[in-house]
Amino acid sequence: MPAHRTAPAPPRALTPQGMKRRRFLGYLIAAPTLAVGAKLVSDPFLEAEALPSPVPEVSEVYDLSDLLLDSTRPTANLITVVLNEDGTVSFTLPRAESGQGITTTAAMLIAEEMGVDVSDVHVTLADARPELLFNQQTQGSASVISIYTPVRVAAALARGRLVEAAATVLGDEAENLRTTGGRVLSTTGSSIPFAELATRAANSVTREAVTELKPVDEFRVIGTAQRRDDVLAAVTGRKKYTMDLDVPDALPTMIARPPTIKGTVQAINNRAQVRAMPGVTDVVEISTDAEPGRGTTSSAVAVRARTFGQCIDAVNALDISWGRGNVDGESDASILQQLRAAPAPANLPSPTPLDEVGGQVPLATEVVTRPLDAAGATESIDHEFVFYWRSNAAMEPNVAIADVRDGEAEIWTPSQIPISTQTQLSQVLGIPQSRVTVHVPRGGGAFGRRLFSDAALDAARVSKEIGKPVRLMWHRADECRAGRVHPMCISRVRATYTADQVVAFEQRHTSVATDYTEAFGDMITSQAAKLPFANELTLSQTVFLLTASVPYDLGAVTLGYNEIFDFDRFATGSVRNLNNQDFRPAQELVVDQLAERLGEDPLEFRLDRLEDERAQGVLEKVRDEGGWGRDLPEGVAQGVVVHNEYKGSVAVLAEVDTRPATRNREIRGATTGPRVRKVTVAVDVGLPINPLGLKAQMEGGVMTGIAHVFTGSLHLRDGNYLEGSWDDYRYTRHWNAPTEINVIVMPPSGDRPGGAGELAVGAATAAVACAYARATGEMPTSFPIGHTKDVPFRVKPFEPPLPPSPTDGLTAYPTPSAAGPAFDPAS
Amino acid sequence: MPPHTFKVNGRQVTVDVEDDVRLLWVLRDLLDITGPKYGCGINVCKACTSHINGRAFNPCSVPVGEIRPTDEITTIEGLPDTVGADLHPMQQAWIDRDVPQCGYCQPGQIMAAVDLVKKAGAEGRTVTDDDIDEIRNMCACGTYARIRRAIKQGAANM
Repeated sequence: MPAHRTAPAPPRALTPQGMKRRRFLGYLIAAPTLAVGAKLVSDPFLEAEALPSPVPEVSEVYDLSDLLLDSTRPTANLITVVLNEDGTVSFTLPRAESGQGITTTAAMLIAEEMGVDVSDVHVTLADARPELLFNQQTQGSASVISIYTPVRVAAALARGRLVEAAATVLGDEAENLRTTGGRVLSTTGSSIPFAELATRAANSVTREAVTELKPVDEFRVIGTAQRRDDVLAAVTGRKKYTMDLDVPDALPTMIARPPTIKGTVQAINNRAQVRAMPGVTDVVEISTDAEPGRGTTSSAVAVRARTFGQCIDAVNALDISWGRGNVDGESDASILQQLRAAPAPANLPSPTPLDEVGGQVPLATEVVTRPLDAAGATESIDHEFVFYWRSNAAMEPNVAIADVRDGEAEIWTPSQIPISTQTQLSQVLGIPQSRVTVHVPRGGGAFGRRLFSDAALDAARVSKEIGKPVRLMWHRADECRAGRVHPMCISRVRATYTADQVVAFEQRHTSVATDYTEAFGDMITSQAAKLPFANELTLSQTVFLLTASVPYDLGAVTLGYNEIFDFDRFATGSVRNLNNQDFRPAQELVVDQLAERLGEDPLEFRLDRLEDERAQGVLEKVRDEGGWGRDLPEGVAQGVVVHNEYKGSVAVLAEVDTRPATRNREIRGATTGPRVRKVTVAVDVGLPINPLGLKAQMEGGVMTGIAHVFTGSLHLRDGNYLEGSWDDYRYTRHWNAPTEINVIVMPPSGDRPGGAGELAVGAATAAVACAYARATGEMPTSFPIGHTKDVPFRVKPFEPPLPPSPTDGLTAYPTPSAAGPAFDPAS
Repeated sequence: MPPHTFKVNGRQVTVDVEDDVRLLWVLRDLLDITGPKYGCGINVCKACTSHINGRAFNPCSVPVGEIRPTDEITTIEGLPDTVGADLHPMQQAWIDRDVPQCGYCQPGQIMAAVDLVKKAGAEGRTVTDDDIDEIRNMCACGTYARIRRAIKQGAANM
């Protein structure tokens, strides 16, 4: 945050002396054993944040995390903690767990407040519960932020009840008792295990109760490294994902999809023949419209069989006459032309004042506080950056089990938005929502893909049509060609500077429309009156303004966003981040150029223009720990970036090796080329709950950033993407991964946790891009850089739609027989 | 439908299914052995990596008809038995390093790592960073850095 905008907020004391401890309201719930529910009556978080002044970007005062937090507040009272008779604690979390570690975090919060071992807290995932409204969405790196207080309140209520019950048994005053290791201890040395209190502490009637939370300086669990709660299950193969669940008669089901995006079935020409193939039980046409009632329609043909292998063979044996798709004829080149032809976003946004949050200021556009010098004294840098399509596919494809019979539907799918999934299912099946059950198994990655209900809708439609349960899985080819993508976009940057200062920075971002309808639509609408820019902005512009910012003082800053197409022309979404994976790299590459023009060190240039203390702290940390400026051979260079989002700050220092010996590595079928050798990350999320999980999220963000810079993209040609599997889609692999990565978790800088899942993506992408530009002496303006260089694989046919499984698996290991030569994206 | 007989994780099994059904589906859909995961079906992502007669392979690309009665298949579920312990040293290393995030690719990663270390051992050497660079197992969470450290730890204890 630039100096003229924000007075540095003093670091909030972790244990304010003399501050009255806040009391929280909750419920003691009538149940056979102790059960409590938490209600979040008020939250001082926003009030406690010093309002920056005078001219913040919107995201600096009210960002996406705030929106998500405000939306969950009214229903947080429905979170419950139960103590079982064996002394273990059960908690059903209304979130998805897709690898981000939120169940482990929740267990830690409960263990902290109750005084029980983390391993004795069992967290499962809640079915869709429509009464939770917005409090059952997993997105925007907001889970830790939104559950932090309510989960602790529930646990604290439980602890209070245990202590009351123990006081009678132990014959001691409640205030003399403490809890630890699943026991209540008295000052006299006597103790009683929770197990013996579970029924004694139970409540016969449900009633309100108040409690206080443990002060931060007494934390013993929060802030300690805890392994994932399912690590043993994951490494032994016992962890059950949706396709591993035992649901009787739910036979494998796959789909024959059209050759172009959102195409339609005109006729199935050989249904009987395919129905007679070995193992096949059903062949049925279904709608695959993923935006029921809103968007365009598309359709496909589903096959159910004894094994998935037989599904694949049957799908490929189908003779289908296909109708036109939604974007037939469109290719990368035509989209780029339309993006460039779109009018640059106006000087956004409207002059609505920020009165809701206290600042009477225009949004995003900043007043010019320093007059531009006389003509001739300023110069400017102008660049356009192009970002191609990216896939958000996880390792576990889109999956769902569905049993739709007798006017009822039971669905298993790792949804990030189970309530929305349930609503959509109700709509397309014509079954009341109360008769649609949506179970949420743990997911094999999410990254934004599971903010859409495609697989659940597919499965339910097939099950309803044939009257049998189905186990539906997308083929990997569908993940590339029919899945959600990060939209292609361009970012135009103009920086104006004098001999010794930057006076203006404009960035105008133009994108293919992003579909935020399922992820944020209702939530934003419900909060519209509270948002500091209520009118006339699209969902996408709203999300943009809630996330985009320039962390440095670059004079007068102007940010603008607009889109081409309707939200559903393509199937778009987020890819482990929203705008900042494109927006920030474009910005940071120009910041490096500014530093060079002004003759300043790139890191010190940034540091001098940061006011936010946490941002300064992480940047200094990577400078010192990562060896900024150390001697490196020609062709190897560093890039450094700092980024604020989700109530946190992260700095990434990356070293990229572009020397010929590295670039020319030969690993058949691999993307070799330049390699990120060493990465140093420093992260400050305010209050880190589980440093181990936080480090993992940072490492993952770095791996995604590397893919964004070099080769992770989809090529659009004539109405569909060329990529048909992994290897075609070149996400970071072992051969691209840094051999040295050091993540430093900063000590607590506040009393609240921030989000982590997406935090590192934009920063890592930008840092790697900057390092590459410095190593080669040439700033890339098109990402990933390999995208326009080549299509380094043989394009798999679109008809039949699925690549057949090879048969040479006994001899083709480790390199598959179809692997081509190594690809250097920089050549 | 000819019966196919072979050994999986120390257990003799017989399945009735067409010859050309790939072994991955025989394991998962017919035998309920779900440790090996589907990730691509064309032998590029390696999520299904398992062992046949002690060496790594990808069952998504092997027709069950090519499996002989004497063949012994080991999936992640059977890996500990190969060392007569509750956990293979590579699995323990994975736990110690808290490698998994979503965990979906990790059974395949572990099976590939064990094979790699054994191969290097057969050549009379320890596993190197260059060896690890050539592992093809895909991970979309981006756990590669921890996998690298875990392989070295697991190798030291194998």
